[in-house]
Parts: sequence; structure tokens; C-alpha cells
Amino acid sequence: MSTPVLELSGISKTFGAVRALSEVDFHVAPGEVVALLGDNGAGKSTLVKVIAGAHAADSGGTISWEGEPVSIDSPSDAQRLGIATIYQDLALCDNLDIVANLFLGNEELHFPGTLDEVAMESRARELLDSLSVRIPSLRVPVASLSGGQRQIIAIARSLLGQPRVVMLDEPTAALGVAQTAQVLDLIERLRDQGLGVVLISHNMADVRAVADRAVVLRLGRNAGDFPIAETSYEEIVAAITGAADNPVTRRSERADTPAAATKDH
Amino acid sequence: MTQQTHLTSEAPDTSTAPAPADPRLLTTAASPRGWLQALKRNLRGGELGPLPVIVGLILIAVVFQSMNDRFLSPQNLSNLTVQIAAIGLMTTGVIMVLLLGEIDLSVGSVAGLSAGVLGVLAVRYGVNEWLAILIAVVAGLLVGLLHGVIFAKVGVPAFVVTLAGLLGWQGLHLFLMGQDGSINTSPNGPIALLTQTYFVPLVGWGVVAIALACYLVSVLAAEAKRRRAGLPCKKAPEVALRTLLLALPLAGGAWVLNQYKGVPLAFLIFVGFVVSLDLVLRKTRYGRMVYAVGGNAEAARRAGINVDLIRVSVFAIASALASLGGIMLVSRNFAASVSTGAGEELMMAIAAAVIGGTSLFGGRGNAYSALLGGLVLGAISSGLLLLQMDTSVRFMITAAVLLVAVILDAASRRGRKTHARGGA
Repeated sequence: MSTPVLELSGISKTFGAVRALSEVDFHVAPGEVVALLGDNGAGKSTLVKVIAGAHAADSGGTISWEGEPVSIDSPSDAQRLGIATIYQDLALCDNLDIVANLFLGNEELHFPGTLDEVAMESRARELLDSLSVRIPSLRVPVASLSGGQRQIIAIARSLLGQPRVVMLDEPTAALGVAQTAQVLDLIERLRDQGLGVVLISHNMADVRAVADRAVVLRLGRNAGDFPIAETSYEEIVAAITGAADNPVTRRSERADTPAAATKDH
Repeated sequence: MTQQTHLTSEAPDTSTAPAPADPRLLTTAASPRGWLQALKRNLRGGELGPLPVIVGLILIAVVFQSMNDRFLSPQNLSNLTVQIAAIGLMTTGVIMVLLLGEIDLSVGSVAGLSAGVLGVLAVRYGVNEWLAILIAVVAGLLVGLLHGVIFAKVGVPAFVVTLAGLLGWQGLHLFLMGQDGSINTSPNGPIALLTQTYFVPLVGWGVVAIALACYLVSVLAAEAKRRRAGLPCKKAPEVALRTLLLALPLAGGAWVLNQYKGVPLAFLIFVGFVVSLDLVLRKTRYGRMVYAVGGNAEAARRAGINVDLIRVSVFAIASALASLGGIMLVSRNFAASVSTGAGEELMMAIAAAVIGGTSLFGGRGNAYSALLGGLVLGAISSGLLLLQMDTSVRFMITAAVLLVAVILDAASRRGRKTHARGGA
């Protein structure tokens, strides 16, 4: 496997008396989709925020970028390195149109300070076409878009910065079937372009569909690192819940067919 | 309404046809009927634009003119444009703050403080009047910086910071004025000339011609650029219609003002600030950031925008504009007094912004609200003055207009929500 573009080792993070992460290791290589799994409160979001620069990790751990040790103290540090994060709550400005949202904080300018709307709109059109996204008008406020469209706009926005690592927090949580497939296609396209993708999802079907590797966190600690192709659904669930005897296995024993349990998820 | 999709979207003259328009997109036919349909669609969707204010202005003009035929006389309208300049400048600052979704309660006191600084420097210390004006504006800017830093960096709500400002700067203003209570400025110095200067008719027409030419050239250039880039663009008849709609009030205004003394400098300064602010808000990166912070500060922060810097700068600009308003007040009264900016100015400045169509909820509105809202309030007070009505009546009528404006804002917000156009 190629050298990781991003590698974290021994990362801890405490909030007051709560230890959200303890000695967590994590890495992602170029052209790899890593699913970050864990139950609620396992520390997934905290880890993502540490990588994105929203929280500074406690001292002790190391973060390396392409083999070089770096420190990520602010979101702009992470962006400068080439880490793009798409949060669950999307962080789009409802009052601005699609083009404005895509280029927010990153506008194309002609003379000092003035917006080059034409260049931005053409580039936005090209970008969305390349992602096979069909949106009638790019000049409507994003409030008028559906959940899937908003998600795609949020992902597309992160691609304008030409990141090396993209982190997606629950990208398919609120999407319909076709739109989920679109987002998964998009993730595969990112991987094929050689980006490292970190996918946080509760949806095991999505994870199995696109991820190469699953990193499981449990109660703030590493609880396993599985190659998806060689790992069964039950093994991953066992790692997430911390027991081979868990509601999912019990249910699948009752139902006899694991597929039934998967569907019910 | 049967919203038919017009598939005849591409005019035959565009040889480099871009990707065919999405069939879901309702295109606007380049005909009066098509424009009317688009207008109806926008109104239904809660995009009222300046329409309610313009209807209101026409209504006010008709009512007052029928009660006193001097209302629409060139003299009265000319005085009206000078009267609204001072509060109008304060309103442009208030609009910046409202776009952030915040409020600035100190504009009146800051205007008064600057008036005091100006009077004390120019008269008591004999400082050059231009220099005194500059210092007064810088004083306002510094006050705004202070407000902005306390709000953005310390995290005190803007309401409280500027409420303290309202009291504190008025106190400093009273302190500066000392025992006299009033300082008379020279009746023919630069300060007085700000509101006493009227331009000969040729200048007025020249300004109108240049403004229209700039508008037409910039729109045509922008549309040509869009066509070359293969983006949807406005067709020639629509551009012509828009230019005509702009030309009518501009030419009408110049004609009426030229009937009296000519276009007043004070009004030109006010309109100049409104137009500049509008260009800054719509065409520059800074303006985009202001809207973004007003729409969703967290999203703006994550996009790498320095939210604190935007907030501080907006409060600084708002206070500097309030200072300019204070200077205009001094110019019109030939005096800085303890009551300058201490009366209804704050309320009228905020009311004008809201009546003009700037949302109190942040992220929606534009600089022209200052002009339109100012004209509405100015017309009401001027009309009631002609009818020799009391301030009591004026306040009540202004309150009713303000309420109608806020109700329209709330209703159109609901409309935008149900039509998914952004409820902010």
C-alpha cells in the first residue's frame, strides 16, 4: 500500500473530565476510501474535528502529512494542507445562490476585490457537469434545493480547493435512493482521482459499497481496522458494539438470514 | 396560474447554443407577457423586491397631493431630497449592520457626537472646516471600531454594546458641547455648503446621462461576457426595459429638481453613497462576505471567512456613515447643538432601512432600501408639515408604515419558506 497521505498516531482529546479520544491511531492513503465507524459517542466526530482543525488535540499524539509531522491548530491549517471536510449540517448559506456558496471564501476575482461572476458561474457549471449533477439554475438560493442537491453542492464546494483528503460526515443520511447512489458514485470518482476519502456513516450498506477499509472506534479508542472485502458485517458490528453478543447478531440468528437484518438497519 | 414551461428558450441568434436549458427551469419569454409572468411568480414566491415601497410612495404622493397641491411642487420635492440626506446616510450604515443580522442603536448618538466634534473643532478651535469634517468622520469610525471589537471579540450582544453606545456617546456629546448647548457654524463655509449647494441644470442632466450610460455599458458588457461563456443571459429587450425603468425616475427627478434650484449636492452625496454601497455589497468579495456572515455565520467561518473582521468592519463603517449624517445635520441647521442626533434620528434611520425592504433577520436587503425608505419617511413628514399636522400625527403614521413594512417582511419570509427560497 502506498504511504499514507495523512497519519495520526496516539491522538487524545479531553473535554473537561471526559476523555473523548484516547491514543487513537488513524491513517488514510491516496486513492483509498476509509470508513470511520462507531456507535454514538464513540469519538468519530471528535476525531474528524481534530483532523479538520476545529478542535486541537491534546499534546502527546502526532499528526503527519505525507510523512512530515505537522500541527493542525485551526480550520485554515487543515485547508492549507489539503484537507476538506463536509459536515453533516452542510454549512451552506441559505440566502446565497449556488455559485456564491460554491466559491464562498474562495471567490474568483478580476481587479482587486471585485467578483468575477462569469468565471465563477462557468466553473461551477463545469464542475457540476463533471459530477453529472443537473440543477436547473445556478442562481437560485440554496434554500430552494433538495437535501441531495445540497449535499452535492457541499461536496462540490470542497473539491474547488483541490484537496488531497476529503472527509464526509454522514453524506447519505438524509438522501433518497437515487441521490445516495449519486453521492456514492461521487465518492468513487474522488477515489479514482487519487484522493483520500474518509467516510463517516451509519449506513453499513454504503460503507460496504464504497469503502476499502473500516476503522472502528469504541468509547474513544481504536476497536479495529478491517479490510472491507474480507470482513463480514457481523465482525464489524461486533467491533462497534464491543461484543459478539449484540442486538444485531441476536436478531440475525432469529431471522436466520443476515440480509434481513441488514435491510432493517 | 398555469405555469407552462417555455421550451423556446434559446433565441435563434445565439449560434453558440449552450447546453439546452434544463426543462424544469421556467424560462422567461422576452415579451411583456413573459416579464409579467416572471413578476407574478416572484411575488408569489415572496420576492417582493422594491415593489411595495414604490407602490407606497405613489400612494403617499397621490394622497398628499390631493390634500395640498404644493406637495409635488419642485420646491417641496427639492427640500425633501435635502432633508432626507442626513438620516439617509445614517440609514445606509444601519443597513450594513442589519445585513449581518445585528442592530446598531447608537447611530443617533454617534451622529450627535460627530456633530459636537465638528462644531467644537471648527468654531471653538478654529480648525479648517474640511479637516474638522475629516476628524469628525474618523471619530465616528473609531467609535464603530470599538463597538465592533466589543461585539465580535468579547462577544457582548450588539444590542447591548450599541445601547451602551447610545447612552455613552450622547453623554460625551453633551460634555463636549459644554454650557452653551449650541455652536453656530459659519453660514458660508464648506460645512454649510454641503447642504446649500445646488448644481446648474446641465450638471444634473450630465449626472443622469453618465449614470445611465454607465449602467447600460456595464450591463451590455456583462451580458456579452456571459453569452461568450455560454451562460444564460438577458436578452436585448429586457436590458432595454430595465434601462428605461431606471431612466424614468432619474430623468424625472433631474427635471423636477432643475425646476427649482437644481440638483442639491447633499442629495447627490447621499445617492452616491447608496450606489457605492450597493456596488460594494453586490460586486465585491467584501460584500459577499457580509451577506454570508448575515446568512449563516458558522458557514462563513468554515468557509475561511474572518467573521470577526467582517463584523468589526461593518460596525466601523456604520458609525462612520452615522458621523457623515451628523455632519449633514450640522450643515442644514448651521449649528451643532445638544439635540443634534438626540431625537428621532435613530428611530427614523432604522425604520427607513426596514421600510425600504432590508430584513431584520440578516442576510437579505440592499443599499437602495436607504433611498426608498428615506423617501417614504421624508415624504410623510414633508406632507404632514404642509398640512400643518403635529409631530404626534407624524409619529403615529410613521409607526403604521413601519408596521406594514415589517408585516410584509414577515409575510414574504413565510412566502419564501413555502416556496423554498430561503427563509432567512
